[in-house]
Amino acid sequence: MKDVNWVALVVFVLLFGFITWLGFVAARWRKGDLDLLSEWGLGGRRFGTVVSWFLIGGDLYTAYTFVAVPALAFGAGAIAFFAVPYTIIIYPLMFLAFPRLWRVAHKHQYITAGDFVKGRYGNRWLALAITVTGIVATMPYIALQLVGLQVVIGGLGISGAGWVADLPLIIAFVILAAFTYTSGLRAPAAIAIVKDTLIYLTAFVAVIVIPIQLGGFGHIFAAVPPAKVLLAAPTGNSTGVYGVYITLAVGSAMALFLYPHSMTGMMSASSAHAVRRNAALLPAYSLMLGLLALLGFFAIAIGVGDAQKFPEFAAGFAQYKANFAVPALFIHSFPSWFVGIAFAAIGIGALVPAAIMSIASANLYTRNIHREFFNPNPTDKEEAQIAKWVSLIVKFGALVFVLFVPTPYAIDFQLLGGVWIIQTFPTVIMGLYTRWFNDWALLIGWATGTAVGTAMSAVVQFKPTWPLMLGGWTLPGYTAFYTVILNFAVAIVLTLVFNAMGAARRDQTAAADYRA
Amino acid sequence: MANHQTKQSGWSWWYLIFIGLFLVSLWVPLYNRVDPTFIGLPFFYWFQLLLILVGAVLTAIVYFATEA
Repeated sequence: MKDVNWVALVVFVLLFGFITWLGFVAARWRKGDLDLLSEWGLGGRRFGTVVSWFLIGGDLYTAYTFVAVPALAFGAGAIAFFAVPYTIIIYPLMFLAFPRLWRVAHKHQYITAGDFVKGRYGNRWLALAITVTGIVATMPYIALQLVGLQVVIGGLGISGAGWVADLPLIIAFVILAAFTYTSGLRAPAAIAIVKDTLIYLTAFVAVIVIPIQLGGFGHIFAAVPPAKVLLAAPTGNSTGVYGVYITLAVGSAMALFLYPHSMTGMMSASSAHAVRRNAALLPAYSLMLGLLALLGFFAIAIGVGDAQKFPEFAAGFAQYKANFAVPALFIHSFPSWFVGIAFAAIGIGALVPAAIMSIASANLYTRNIHREFFNPNPTDKEEAQIAKWVSLIVKFGALVFVLFVPTPYAIDFQLLGGVWIIQTFPTVIMGLYTRWFNDWALLIGWATGTAVGTAMSAVVQFKPTWPLMLGGWTLPGYTAFYTVILNFAVAIVLTLVFNAMGAARRDQTAAADYRA
Repeated sequence: MANHQTKQSGWSWWYLIFIGLFLVSLWVPLYNRVDPTFIGLPFFYWFQLLLILVGAVLTAIVYFATEA
């Protein structure tokens, strides 16, 4: 423990104490009956434009994002900036599709995507597929939030042997579990306001102060190897890195809002207007993420990864690899008290999405597995109670995952999670617009996309891209993007077949339910 | 009554703006270059950051144009 940065640690612990208190008192914020699932797990659908902005922003832009995107820039260069077109595309998608989801969910009291699919298609197995995909894709995502937390705890200089090394993470986790259990979605909504304020502060200070220290952006980029500054132009019969960049952006954008935590954030808004307004206001977070991506280049310019120049960071890089770039950069560039604030921003930034993810998974289990298959008529109180317990189980599972599974596997699983969750796109997003698709065709399309996507990922050792061969061309691209096209193709062809055979069509919703 | 029409069909011609935004943000050869730089930032970086702001403004325009 000799390397502990005490000033930073004290600031970090004080801020953590504050949000712990906030998480518990949030139960009384916009008071509702927390024995109802729509209150515990959806905040009573009472969050207006401003609170939704903090909640959805705090939910989508996770701690892991703030660590991993600059880490990718640090390690691989320009490709990391795919996060920018990705986050440009998501907001028009949100603007167009999600007010429709909000309206139909409000009208029929749907709490989850599984509820919507059940109502729209009248097929419990399709709803089950969507539900299980949501839960399975979310688990490693929660685990990665803990990885983000681990990196900053390591950055504070806390180390030790055996279980003592994991103690800070376990403490943070118990806090998270307790306030989520007590306050439901109100806790991350309240904490998101603190988290986002700290993150904005950290990001803007970092992109102003560090370039001044380094003599401007011109100097910084002059120190970056030219191969990392731009994407390599494609050669021969290949779309090269360009295709990777584009498919990563489009595929990630298609996947993002299908994650249960995004759905929960969106459905907890107080109106469809709040969702539409946020599509125009949330890009503020994208701008911050884009600026944070530049931190990877600052870290290259300073050379924090150079063990000769910075022997004090060698252990951190050995343990956390490129993910240590941002903590090392902050420790090098900021006074200790501000390191405490910046690390708290990332640490709290891990808890907000982790809380929402566990609530969203709990809502899914309770509504679409427990209620559908085990106990069709729970009382409201029983339903809320089951969700509270499941939120604990989900988080405990993620903790075990992080403590006992090596980090690279958590990252592999999260990439696989993207391949899986995108397969719900045809059912959920197309379902917001049309009931043309046959439910069994969608289910078979989902199964095909999931199976092929998983196999393809395994073949390339869980790299996110696949070198697709087509007519003498090589088209390297995001596996999730290619497999959802396959999924669509299967669903369309089989829908034509099944509809020609006169398949029955059930639908609880009416066209007017989706409109203002 | 453009607003009225939006309600009826769920479609508005204003949404075409988004397609333009998608094409520009995904046309990599357009911006995969160093020059012109802005305060030392290569074009690749500042152009895409600027595009975030443009996207937000366009979304706001479509919001006000289609809001009932």
